[in-house]
Amino acid sequence: MFSFELLLEAILFGVLLGCFYAAVSIGLSVSFGLLDVPHVAHPAIMVFGSYCTYLLGLYGLDPIVAGIVLMPVFFLLGVGVYRFYYESFEKRGTEAGVRGLAFFFGIAFIIEVGLILVFGVDQRMAQAPYIGTSLSIAGYRIPYRLLVAFGVALVLTAALTIYFSKTFLGRAIKAVAQDEPALRLMGANPVRIKQWAFGIATGVSALAGAMLIIVGPVEPSLDRLYIGRTFCVVVLAGLGSMTGTLAAGLILGIAESIVLTLFGASWAPAVAFGLLLIVLGIRPQGLFGR
Amino acid sequence: MKYWIGAAVILLAAVGLALSGINEYFFFAGYVVLTFVVLATAWNILGGYAGYVNFGTPAFFGLGAYSAAVLFKALGAPLLLQIVAGAVMGGLLGFGVGLLTLRLRGIFFAIATVAVIFIMETLMVNWRYVGGATGLQLLRPPVPEPFDSYTRMLFVVMALMAVVAVSVARYVQVSWIGRGLRAIRDSEEAAECSGVPTLRLKLFACVVSGALMGAAGAPMPMYLSFIEPASTFNLSYTIGALGGAIIGGMSHWLGPIVGAILLGSLQQIVTVTVSGEVNVLVVGVLLVLFVVAAPEGILGLFRKRTLARRK
Repeated sequence: MFSFELLLEAILFGVLLGCFYAAVSIGLSVSFGLLDVPHVAHPAIMVFGSYCTYLLGLYGLDPIVAGIVLMPVFFLLGVGVYRFYYESFEKRGTEAGVRGLAFFFGIAFIIEVGLILVFGVDQRMAQAPYIGTSLSIAGYRIPYRLLVAFGVALVLTAALTIYFSKTFLGRAIKAVAQDEPALRLMGANPVRIKQWAFGIATGVSALAGAMLIIVGPVEPSLDRLYIGRTFCVVVLAGLGSMTGTLAAGLILGIAESIVLTLFGASWAPAVAFGLLLIVLGIRPQGLFGR
Repeated sequence: MKYWIGAAVILLAAVGLALSGINEYFFFAGYVVLTFVVLATAWNILGGYAGYVNFGTPAFFGLGAYSAAVLFKALGAPLLLQIVAGAVMGGLLGFGVGLLTLRLRGIFFAIATVAVIFIMETLMVNWRYVGGATGLQLLRPPVPEPFDSYTRMLFVVMALMAVVAVSVARYVQVSWIGRGLRAIRDSEEAAECSGVPTLRLKLFACVVSGALMGAAGAPMPMYLSFIEPASTFNLSYTIGALGGAIIGGMSHWLGPIVGAILLGSLQQIVTVTVSGEVNVLVVGVLLVLFVVAAPEGILGLFRKRTLARRK
């Protein structure tokens, strides 16, 4: 029943899946990891991105192109959300604790139910030449959709890593994460930098949403599962580490793929949440924590 | 004393209603509203007083419901025993979750409690004995005298549970325990330094809150004559409990009651008149509105007004 071959295949799929998980988590890695915003609505915004991709797909737009087109729109959305969050919570100093969390949790619910009201609870899929076909190498069949997600994930991670280490604004965002009062003393405006960063995080979520609908059909309640996966990856990575996000994504992907092969699909949802609990219990600062 | 008279009057009123000839639907809906009163009150002990956000209400609620269902299927246990079992299991889970507070705070604790829900759900989906993902049909035992229907009896049971839950919350709030929990909420380090036994208090709050939620879930299988993982471990219980407490006001035991009754009734009305999806939307919108515009909840709005009048 269990063989080396099967394990190898599980690991191969795990790597592809893991890169995908890293890609869907990287937005959260910025908003929660760097900015300390309790952004539990991140997966819901991503699923919203998937539905936008689906809508654009009805006009014949390729999902990846749709995701890229949506990025600026989502960037502005993110700037707006952060501005609102700042004005209503951070400025008053009530963001810590119950209210900030309840705010984003409520937002997530509103998005989810809004999607149900507009699209119904049925699953939706995107159309593209690389969805539904697969590549055969050495006896393995690798679906193109996973390869596409894999590629986009690598590009996204590399782009953000470079952005945060090489550009002025990227470094400013990291500076805000490290020491906000110091930045203020330097005469910079931390709120505007955070706003920009949150915009980037949300913009990236649009592309992540596009990948979500490439990898599999989406339904409005999908965000619930991804709360576990994205937070698992971000916490495991150590808050705000981009390369850590990739590594943590791979760990989760491989673990989930192996459990899927050994125990079946009904156990798979518990992997991310179980891993999350273990990390939180043993090493809350993650593998590459700051 | 005034409190106990009020509680007794409410209980008597519930019994009176159940024995009267009012439409059956009233009890069907009333039971759900009362469940949310218990859940919101229980949530507030940890979330409102101590400031630890527990998203895991469905985990406790569902564990209580499944404990009751298993006991009923295996032994045909009576309702009282089911409720006790639900409370004990909820309390045990609360202890486990309480241990997490040793290292986790804020969003980390909240996310950990979300994880607990999904792990519980996965366990139940994979447990054949309780029917896995398809669920389990349960045959209700005959209704004891003097009630006409099982739902009416459950309504009274849930009313009693609500009174118990509120009394516990009230006791916690006015005793030194509540002062300790509020100190933890304001600053855990400062509380620890001033000699507040933070860990013991947090564990206590988690256990009590968990036990009440477990007890609230226990009659659910009998109420529906059915149990199934997806709806039992639904996040709508999270938003109901948290929403009830936040909308009502978290600083006083009265808050969750006001919030849960308002929210629960509104949900029932919307479910009947519009649709089941919109009712969740209503809660979400109200929650966001209150958190942004009236962070102290309905009680806070009233208190502000009375303060303004005094000036």
